[in-house]
Amino acid sequence: MKIAIASGKGGTGKTTVSTNLAFFLCEVNDNVVYLDCDVEEPNGHLFLNPVLSEKIVSSIPVPVVDESKCDICGECVRFCEYKALVRLGKTVMVFPELCHGCGGCTLVCPQHAIQEQPREIGFVESGNSGKIGFVHGRLNIGEAMSPPLIRGVLRQIHSDGVNIIDAPPGTSCPVIASIRDVDFVVLVTEPTPFGLNDLGLALDMVRELGVPHGVVVNRAEEDNRDAENFCEKKQVEILTKIPDDRRIAECYSKGGMILKDVPDVRKNFEELWNAIRKRVKE
Amino acid sequence: MKEIVIISGKGGTGKTSIAASFASLAAEKAVFADCDVDAADLHLILKPTIRQRTEFRSGHRALIKSNLCTGCGRCIELCRFEAIAKRKSDDKIPEIDPVACEGCGVCVRFCPSQAIDFNEEVCGEWFISDTRFGPMVHAKLGVASENSGRLVTLVRNEAKRVAKDKGAAYVLIDGSPGIGCPVIASLTATSLALIVTEPTVSGNHDFRRIAGLTRRLGVPAMVCVNKWDINPEKTEEIKAYALQEGLTFAGMVQYGKTATIAQRAEKCIVEFPDSKMAADIKNIWVKVNEWLKKQ
Repeated sequence: MKIAIASGKGGTGKTTVSTNLAFFLCEVNDNVVYLDCDVEEPNGHLFLNPVLSEKIVSSIPVPVVDESKCDICGECVRFCEYKALVRLGKTVMVFPELCHGCGGCTLVCPQHAIQEQPREIGFVESGNSGKIGFVHGRLNIGEAMSPPLIRGVLRQIHSDGVNIIDAPPGTSCPVIASIRDVDFVVLVTEPTPFGLNDLGLALDMVRELGVPHGVVVNRAEEDNRDAENFCEKKQVEILTKIPDDRRIAECYSKGGMILKDVPDVRKNFEELWNAIRKRVKE
Repeated sequence: MKEIVIISGKGGTGKTSIAASFASLAAEKAVFADCDVDAADLHLILKPTIRQRTEFRSGHRALIKSNLCTGCGRCIELCRFEAIAKRKSDDKIPEIDPVACEGCGVCVRFCPSQAIDFNEEVCGEWFISDTRFGPMVHAKLGVASENSGRLVTLVRNEAKRVAKDKGAAYVLIDGSPGIGCPVIASLTATSLALIVTEPTVSGNHDFRRIAGLTRRLGVPAMVCVNKWDINPEKTEEIKAYALQEGLTFAGMVQYGKTATIAQRAEKCIVEFPDSKMAADIKNIWVKVNEWLKKQ
């Protein structure tokens, strides 16, 4: 089973929900894996404190032009959709950080003057946090493109386990790469105008992808029904509501697990897991 | 004209709340650019009246013409993004998954039957608007669309153009979380980055990465800590790291309910002038201006 935790807006509690859900599940299931796909700003390790035992460098193939063969015809420059190749005087220059690694330039070059070499964009590390399997990706600072690294993280999914995927914020390519093949998406929101606006964008995205989904309302206040009204209007199920509680904020700030420090939230994770199980048929 | 970008690394630290307050403090002297194009929120506070809307066309998307396709499978072999497949093994004609397709054009070029179309794509919309504090340029990326970096660059360039026409002193940019493509596009060659972080283990971790990115891009950075009193020790740790790395510490904002109250009232925090948060944010704005003057 693959469950992604996403949100639209950042800072609504994706990492809190996903690390604690993995922690909750590992008590009853021996094959729980937490995969941090927020490779630009991975945070899961700060809460799960894993012992990392393996590191795989992630790279994309980028062109190298052999100047002795290149006759500066410009075919590669015209072909490249990403403007990663530019003709400058009597040379073709490569801007590797713009390259998507499609391989088109090597194929179109009439002189066979272009070869590819791998360029590191980040790495995938894996290990264990107690009984929980742990995987995360870390994008190198200065790199623009995270989807190839996210795909590297997802290659470590345990097909027979319960996989909890911590997705990046937003609604564009990195999120889509993280959630497109999952069985269920949990959208974490907070009952503020920003939280609900971005939940609306995230709902448009998961509906476009056709992935089953539900909402966790985080920092829920007793006297505020904005999230309930919004979800009713959008016809989306609320899986659980985690109360607004300063103890949770303080526990999070120190890198603690709320299931350990604020025991009242156990019922939220029971509720969340029961709701997910009902929706995902094994 | 100074371009100031507000970024955070970690999401939800208060970028937009601070950007909206700065908009009020710089009223009539600035143009605002919302570069968080895939989860834009600044408009919820600035309430723009749209004056001009334009389609954002960028990149191409491949589409197989079933009447010309012979099902040879060459495109499936060549696609590096695993975007082309036959849905069932006995299907004759493959399909291109529009979400996985990166628009590179390899399949189009090398299809032996020229059976693949390559049309320019509409990836969203961008707007020039008026707000109670001055002009604003913003955008909406299409659902599940690519090219957020290019849209950010476009929004920034338009904001600069409007600022030049108007003789504005500032362009204020609300950035997006992370350190990837749209963040690099909103940060490159700006006058100053204000990093908004929070005193949590993750806020601290992510702040160090975004600070690393500003250094790499050669953009001077200031740091402020929002909700500082949630964890004063962490706040000190962030401040010490900032000074050690040669970043300027811009100040702290205390935790308060005014942030949410203001959001629900569609106002910025400094429009609640008696609140402690408003005073803290005003101090940061003063520090930012002192820094800019020294340059």
